[in-house]
Amino acid sequence: MPAYETAHVKGLSKLPIALLNLMDEIPIGIVVLDTQRRVVMLNRALQALTGFVPQEAYLVPCWYVLRSSLCLRSCPISMVSKHSEPVCVEANIVNRARERVPVRVTAAPLLDLKGNLVGYIESIEDLRALADHSEETAQPSPLDSIIGRSLEIQRVLQVIPAIAQTDSSVLITGETGTGKDFVAEAIHQASSRARGPFVKINCGALPETLLESELFGHQKGAFTGAVENKPGRFRLAHNGTLYLTEIGDLPLNLQVKLLSFLDDHVLYPLGSTKGFHVDVRLIAATHRDLEQMVHEGRFREDLLFRLNVVRLHLPPLSKRGEDVRLLLDHFLRNLSARFKKRALQFDAQALGTLLSYPYPGNVRELRNIVEYAVNVCEGNEIRAEHLPAYVLEYKRQNGPRVPPPIDEPLQRFPAAAPALLWWEDTEKRLIAEAIMKARGRKSAAAQILGWGRSTLWRKMKRYGMR
Amino acid sequence: MKRILIPLWGDDIAPRFDTAQEVLIAVAEDDGRISDKRVVILPEASAEGLCNLILHERVDEVICCGIEDEYYQYLAWKKVQVIDSVGGPASVALERSAAGSLKSEEILVARGRE
Repeated sequence: MPAYETAHVKGLSKLPIALLNLMDEIPIGIVVLDTQRRVVMLNRALQALTGFVPQEAYLVPCWYVLRSSLCLRSCPISMVSKHSEPVCVEANIVNRARERVPVRVTAAPLLDLKGNLVGYIESIEDLRALADHSEETAQPSPLDSIIGRSLEIQRVLQVIPAIAQTDSSVLITGETGTGKDFVAEAIHQASSRARGPFVKINCGALPETLLESELFGHQKGAFTGAVENKPGRFRLAHNGTLYLTEIGDLPLNLQVKLLSFLDDHVLYPLGSTKGFHVDVRLIAATHRDLEQMVHEGRFREDLLFRLNVVRLHLPPLSKRGEDVRLLLDHFLRNLSARFKKRALQFDAQALGTLLSYPYPGNVRELRNIVEYAVNVCEGNEIRAEHLPAYVLEYKRQNGPRVPPPIDEPLQRFPAAAPALLWWEDTEKRLIAEAIMKARGRKSAAAQILGWGRSTLWRKMKRYGMR
Repeated sequence: MKRILIPLWGDDIAPRFDTAQEVLIAVAEDDGRISDKRVVILPEASAEGLCNLILHERVDEVICCGIEDEYYQYLAWKKVQVIDSVGGPASVALERSAAGSLKSEEILVARGRE
């Protein structure tokens, strides 16, 4: 019978306690090793972490159970002696499910009553939750992610901290892709409300009836299907900031309700007579010309005055001159690292093409073009043929480009698929089409796409396409 | 005939695919005989480097212990059979593989008490 089944702790209570039961209740992985570093016992938490059950791991060398990154180089057990203090190091393990798990390993000697070394005890702490958290907190502030040296963008960046210190409503205007969302979040992060929630809602994304309930909440039974009370985004943003993007798409009757809220900061959920006082700062954004909409009777003038306390206009990329080069380099560096490509650079022709392109979709379009090029480029240098066809087409025509109307961004893409603005979606569609054309044969699909089989495999894995 | 690669740690199978600094490359004939065997020292421990070596050496089967799913799936996709979670002496694993009796998750060490 294995030793771990008969091991007991005596003296703690009237009757001995089974050691394994005791260890199983500890939420950190624990393994007991003999002097030859073979597993004598492992608790339930470590079983969950490694995938080994005690019967399988019993008397197996610990390096075949833990499979830590330290095993071959600097095993913490080798640093432990009978007189030493516990050794604590960070490492990662590869478990039976073939997952790499970051862990903190603490190794200590096990001594008998006479002080002789009889083995070792290691505690293995799963750091996955901590790693996720630190990745979140390590993100740079949104203000840092607004890149630009041009006078136009510097003017915006300079006023953001000052705007953040006030509690006034802000209206951000600018063409699509100029970074309105980034600026809104930067204002929130730099304000005294930074510890509160930042709640974003797109007024153009939901039908009118749903939008009202989404914004203001509803009372149980207010309408068919309202089976629970719903707080609404305004209440969720209490003590924080509510960011209403595409405010120009807000229906007229909701404009009235928003106006009423801005007057007294009291909210009446749908179907409720009871009002709630909500402390939120409102930031609104739009790419539309609100003055023109007021003139046409599609936007309330009094709401515009309410929102227009502080107005921030983001310049289009075509007016940011030197920033185009800066942004090209910035996205090239970031995306190369993200897609684990070698240090890429633009050749002169590609750079010339990119610098002369007008970017009607602004920074978002520039980023997408760079992402396309980084994905398509297999070498060290991005050449003209790695750029999207429409960019090259623009250069070939070399004529004045008529920017698409703001209401209909990037009409060269199929109108039915606005989400295709993102390269990932386009690439996924291309892969799916190629695989269908190749009747499921991956090597033929890779040939159609002009990629190697490994590239196709890597991209399919990244997009979760199996 | 099949070409077999085993990441090594001394004479044993390395606990991790990505941290091994040397590998055993062997040829097992259809009758179970090992006709060729050599140890290759790697310039650095790297899972990507090892995958490249496996493809370059036209290896049919990899015997290893811990391997991340990304590399396991990649090799499987490249039609390389991976027998993972195997521990113990590389020579024993090689013989068992040549005889066609090695399975994943086999720990080939004596587990008796002294």
